[in-house]
Amino acid sequence: MRRSNRWYHIVLIVSVALALGLGGPCMAQDKPYPTKSITYLVTFDPGGQSDREARRQQPLLEKSLGQKVIVDYKVGGGGALGWSELVRSQPDGYLMAGINIPHIILQPLQQQTGYTTEQIVPVAIFQRTPLALAVLKTAPYKDIKEFLAAAKDKPADISIGGSGTFSGHHVATLRLQKLAGTKFNYVPFTGAAPQITAFLGGHVNAVFGNSDDLVKHADSIRVLAVADDQRFFGFPDTPTFKESGVDMVESIDRGIGLPPKTPDAIVKKLEAAFLQIAKDPGIQEQMKKEGFVPLALGHQESKAHIEKMTAVYKDIVKDIKK
Amino acid sequence: MEAWSSLLNGFAAALTPYNLLFALIGSIAGTLVGVLPGLGPTAAIAMLLPLASHLDPAPAIIMMAAIYYGAMYGGSTTSILVNIPGEASSVPTAMEGYQLNLQGRGGPALGISALASFAAGTMGVVGLTFFAPVLSRTALAFGPPEYFALTFLGLSLVVSLSGRDLGKGLLSALLGLLTAAIGLDPLTGVARLTFGSMELMAGIDFVPIIMGLFAISEILTNAEKETKCILEAKRIEWLPTWQDIKDTWAATTRSGVIGFLAGLIPGCSPAVTSFMVYDLEKRFSKHPERFGKGAMDAVAAVEGSNNATASGGFVPLFAFGIPSGPALAVLLGGFLMYGLQPGPRLMQEQPALLWTIIASMYIGNVMLLVLNLPLVGLWARMALIPFPILGPMIAVFTLIGAYSLRHSFFDLWISLIFGVVGYLMRKFDFPVAPMVLATVLAKLMETSFMQSLVLSKGSPLIFFTRPISIAFIVLTAVSVVSGTLLRRKARAQQVELEESDS
Repeated sequence: MRRSNRWYHIVLIVSVALALGLGGPCMAQDKPYPTKSITYLVTFDPGGQSDREARRQQPLLEKSLGQKVIVDYKVGGGGALGWSELVRSQPDGYLMAGINIPHIILQPLQQQTGYTTEQIVPVAIFQRTPLALAVLKTAPYKDIKEFLAAAKDKPADISIGGSGTFSGHHVATLRLQKLAGTKFNYVPFTGAAPQITAFLGGHVNAVFGNSDDLVKHADSIRVLAVADDQRFFGFPDTPTFKESGVDMVESIDRGIGLPPKTPDAIVKKLEAAFLQIAKDPGIQEQMKKEGFVPLALGHQESKAHIEKMTAVYKDIVKDIKK
Repeated sequence: MEAWSSLLNGFAAALTPYNLLFALIGSIAGTLVGVLPGLGPTAAIAMLLPLASHLDPAPAIIMMAAIYYGAMYGGSTTSILVNIPGEASSVPTAMEGYQLNLQGRGGPALGISALASFAAGTMGVVGLTFFAPVLSRTALAFGPPEYFALTFLGLSLVVSLSGRDLGKGLLSALLGLLTAAIGLDPLTGVARLTFGSMELMAGIDFVPIIMGLFAISEILTNAEKETKCILEAKRIEWLPTWQDIKDTWAATTRSGVIGFLAGLIPGCSPAVTSFMVYDLEKRFSKHPERFGKGAMDAVAAVEGSNNATASGGFVPLFAFGIPSGPALAVLLGGFLMYGLQPGPRLMQEQPALLWTIIASMYIGNVMLLVLNLPLVGLWARMALIPFPILGPMIAVFTLIGAYSLRHSFFDLWISLIFGVVGYLMRKFDFPVAPMVLATVLAKLMETSFMQSLVLSKGSPLIFFTRPISIAFIVLTAVSVVSGTLLRRKARAQQVELEESDS
């Protein structure tokens, strides 16, 4: 008994000390956020698009927030691991994570992933990579009409390579199938690099690719149509799907998110910092050169965009799961 | 001849003091990163990316490239000295090099691996210089069926890696495949064998597994035996002799060629190459019985092939902007940060930059040799440390290494659990190598198999109708049959020996 009593005291003392320790920052509340370094979590491998964007923003964020910004990685499960860590973190504004749409919508629709789309508080969306359908220069299809005609002629004969299942590329292929009234043979790859390699080698007939990946190989490929509202500046001669009579817009959007229940003041502060960077003409020019479409959606707009896309994808997923 | 003059211009640019300095920084950083288990070139290059953005493209990329190929030099150190293979590609080095160390030949093994790294690495750069335009299309010739056939050939090595009992070897390989299946299905993203755990959903990285299987189980075994000192020999050699070099140069040359060719294929990880050259050397060797008990030519071949693969990987990177592994993907990110997109256009627009980088790779390899050789004697003295002190040190380094990979405590548990698994496997005489090989191959094998069948709409004929694929499948059959025959012969010899002994 005596022994356990002593343990009880120790636990009590430790918890009081902890409570005081945690209470510390609350008492020093007169200093405005942020008072210490902020972690910028990247949920994909270093060197990828998300990482490069974080690196580009890092020094500018440090300048405008007046604190160090540390880029850290939590890679796995197509981003799911990092996002489930995000929603479990303290909503104090010291951990933020790069978010990707449609990933954060499609993953929870597919299975239990440790987070839900609604839990993530979007701060801003700063970049879009429209998806586009491309074939090799040596392919027999000169434009999207010929391509779709060939697909209707022999359903399920043309293979389209994409990155992953339940991904933007997969969903784009399914939507095109439905809208054009034919079938394709969708071949998933484990990422953009193996996808594009197999495509350049002629192992798949076509790809749904991210605009920035396709820009890199503009010399050897023919882009048939872009899944965006407007023509893509990288391929000014390529029509949109809409122009070609297929009402489809499909892109991968990148932004930044916070844990649920983050106070509004913090969201506002970070929103301002990210939008300032996103609206910088120099930054926008750099992004364009790399094949991205610069965006500057704030918290409310981002939230609305995610809600809109969630509704769209729910319908599509119902079809896949059938 | 055009290559010669471009290369000379490249040398002129790479030999400026500024560029030399960054080649040296990269070589030192690469050596360090290679020596520390767990921390690999990918993380190191990623950490230096923001720093690099303050530099001009040439010195920055020279430095990052040097980290990449420099890390291949250091990889053998902990494998040979304390049986910690820091990455999958050093596993065969650990299998042979550590045995040599126990016999007091750790110094020569380290020296030979530095020399082999230099020789084969330089051969790889020569290949990059003169054959890149001819061979670059190799990267594109490999589609899903070819990758599957390649991994199939890789898995057939289980036969020769199995040791005495083929059944146990197959079981061990099966265990490896099963372990690799944990996590999200690489293609469909469906969770498998995760039992609702978020940590398992991210999959089990093979580095903590390997560290557990080798280093932790080694400590457990030694603790059980109450080892005082890992050295078994009375006589210790510090440096390789001319005889060692004479014995290994052929293996180094072969591994340089094979390693370079394998580097041309993106997605073929250096681990696959190192197991393949290991197996090949066992067949070429005049004394195959030494394999598993400390074969110097195996150390040379494996370490050489790593470096040649590293150089070969620059061919698809420069030709198409295709990275053949995570480290080169980060390096590609470095190019992109400067608005440079490796590919045919960069070759035409900025040939001077590319040739400067290629020339710097010759220089970097010389620097690495000069950096690494004097350290050999120093490192080798570690074998003299009494085991009660060395053992805990190995444990600490292993666990730090396992943690540093993904900053996850979960990975610590993984390496401890696999330490116990490895200990039990040794105890019951199960070979560990087939399990490692299977873990490394599993993902590529599975994805390429599924993709091939999607392409062929379910027909397995796709593997037999494409030339490269069928070639690998024939090689697999040859490898399995000859491997089985060799096993029979070895067993017959052993029986004979045992009989003549009595």
